[in-house]
Amino acid sequence: MAQTEVHRARAERAGPPGRARPAPVPPGSAGGGRAARDLRTVKVLWHRETIRFSRNKLRIAMGMVTPLMFLLVLGTGLNSAMSEDSLRDFRAFLFPGVVLMSVQAPAIAVGASIVWDRRSGFLRQMLVAPVRRSAILVGTCLGGATSGAAYGVLVLLLGPVADVPYHPQLLLVLLQVVLVSFAFTALGVAAAVCIRRPETFQVAVSLCMLPLFFLSGAMFPVDGLPGWLGTVVRLNPLTYAVDALRRTMPGDGATAMGGGSVSPEWWGWTPPVLAETGLIAAFALLSLTIATRRFSRVE
Amino acid sequence: MSGPHAVLVEGLRKTYGTHEAVVDLDLAVAPGETYGFLGPNGAGKSTTIGMLCTLLRPSAGRAEVAGHDITREADAVRRGIGLVFQESTLDGELTAEENLRFQADLFGLPRARARRAISELLDLVELTHRKDSPVRTFSGGMRRRLEIARGLLHTPRVLFLDEPTTGLDPQTRVSIWEHLHRLRAEQEITIFLTTHHLEEAEHCDRMAIMDQGQLVVEGTPAGLKAVVGADLVVLRTDDDERAALAVQDRFGLKADTGPDGVRLRTQDGAGFVPRLCAELAVPVHAVTVTPPTLDDVFLHYTGRTIREADGPQQPHFGPRR
Repeated sequence: MAQTEVHRARAERAGPPGRARPAPVPPGSAGGGRAARDLRTVKVLWHRETIRFSRNKLRIAMGMVTPLMFLLVLGTGLNSAMSEDSLRDFRAFLFPGVVLMSVQAPAIAVGASIVWDRRSGFLRQMLVAPVRRSAILVGTCLGGATSGAAYGVLVLLLGPVADVPYHPQLLLVLLQVVLVSFAFTALGVAAAVCIRRPETFQVAVSLCMLPLFFLSGAMFPVDGLPGWLGTVVRLNPLTYAVDALRRTMPGDGATAMGGGSVSPEWWGWTPPVLAETGLIAAFALLSLTIATRRFSRVE
Repeated sequence: MSGPHAVLVEGLRKTYGTHEAVVDLDLAVAPGETYGFLGPNGAGKSTTIGMLCTLLRPSAGRAEVAGHDITREADAVRRGIGLVFQESTLDGELTAEENLRFQADLFGLPRARARRAISELLDLVELTHRKDSPVRTFSGGMRRRLEIARGLLHTPRVLFLDEPTTGLDPQTRVSIWEHLHRLRAEQEITIFLTTHHLEEAEHCDRMAIMDQGQLVVEGTPAGLKAVVGADLVVLRTDDDERAALAVQDRFGLKADTGPDGVRLRTQDGAGFVPRLCAELAVPVHAVTVTPPTLDDVFLHYTGRTIREADGPQQPHFGPRR
């Protein structure tokens, strides 16, 4: 009895079912095994993010407003309080922070889109696809990193305004921008996966971003801060992103503002740019891991 | 283990803390069948679908969908099912075609086959002329049709429809069902749907009534109505109380009075009316005879009408924060 049932089941699966429709997609039919499928998922999600990004021209323009305000308005507004020379110095000092700021907008947008996807149900549609959930997140983060890098390029093109000349070294800066952008997106995604209500997400983001920026050395040198704030600065991952950018950037932003170094120090030792970059990468991985664990949980 | 069932559920249970959303559910759906889950909001229909689609983990029991175990072979189940959720789950920024292509890519359909399937399905749901428009410009009915097309893209064996016509106007609802019937005629596909619209359950080969997490009764729509059996006769008279008493005395039938008049049930309603009018001393103004509806079936088994039972509660997937 059981035997016949098994036979019937096999026949059902193996032979042509005698109806005018193609057989269900066999596992991994698009060539290759698990890894190939994961890669394809990453690509699909990346593609979706870039389409969404490029289609919303208004959002691209609006994302540029804040960085431009900081670079042009803040820099110029301080005109009366500063001499011509120190103003130019300040602009150069500010520039890496402005680049970071431009990268933050698309990262948050990606996080927000996940929160909205959850609300709209689109997320659930993805969750029932036979793909690994970590691949969904990695693809999304890469998409965010790409959008971020696009903003980064736009801001870097303004470099000469802040005495940052066009120089091959900007390509290295761009690589860092991509990494920082990925880390930012991973953080946004981790927050989005843990927070379910769009309103809460907005509040959480605006609550976190401002202090993170102010205590990163993006706006002003942080060496003058009292001890405990200095500790906060050293714990802030943004500090290392700003500093790595500043030190890689052509021009003399890293030693501006009176000539001294503005890099963070660990007990008198300044970590090299490579270590700072590694820290950002580690931070990105940590965020991504948290997000994936949370995201893969079945309730 | 792949038996002759499209869906096989044994002792399925889902609890949230102390709340039992689904209690010891057993059911079997044959391939090609259209099976309907009827029940008020919060009856556990969506939770059941969530488990069958591998989105929720059952607290106890087991189930097989498209020949695979929902917990141990989740990926195989996902490849074998199509899904249309209660709410719209399309990406409004993408065009209709892009939404379908996104799904095809996620499921790893080969390029050529995906292209063919997409154009065929857009034809089936009559959206070919709008394939390049962003989905946010679509009406509710168009979105739902596109979602059905998307659910079919990877030629699933079982199509789950969670409240497929909720929030749509009656005309659109009819057109969605026309599409579904055409689909069933063209492909041998199992359709598993939930609804709290009684009319919608009439489209099913077999249906089950679910209430408070439990399967109350199961059968064909006609069979279930036959259990309730009798036609409903409603009389409007000068004096409902007296008329009701007279009906009980003369015909030995149980009659209730309500705001709509005297209600009674009898096998052959239409044949009974002339005799009733002739023998009743109270003047009768109007008589309506209604064959049993699924609402009567629901009332019969749960003691409430489905509208009374319909709470404002929405099913949820996990805690909200």
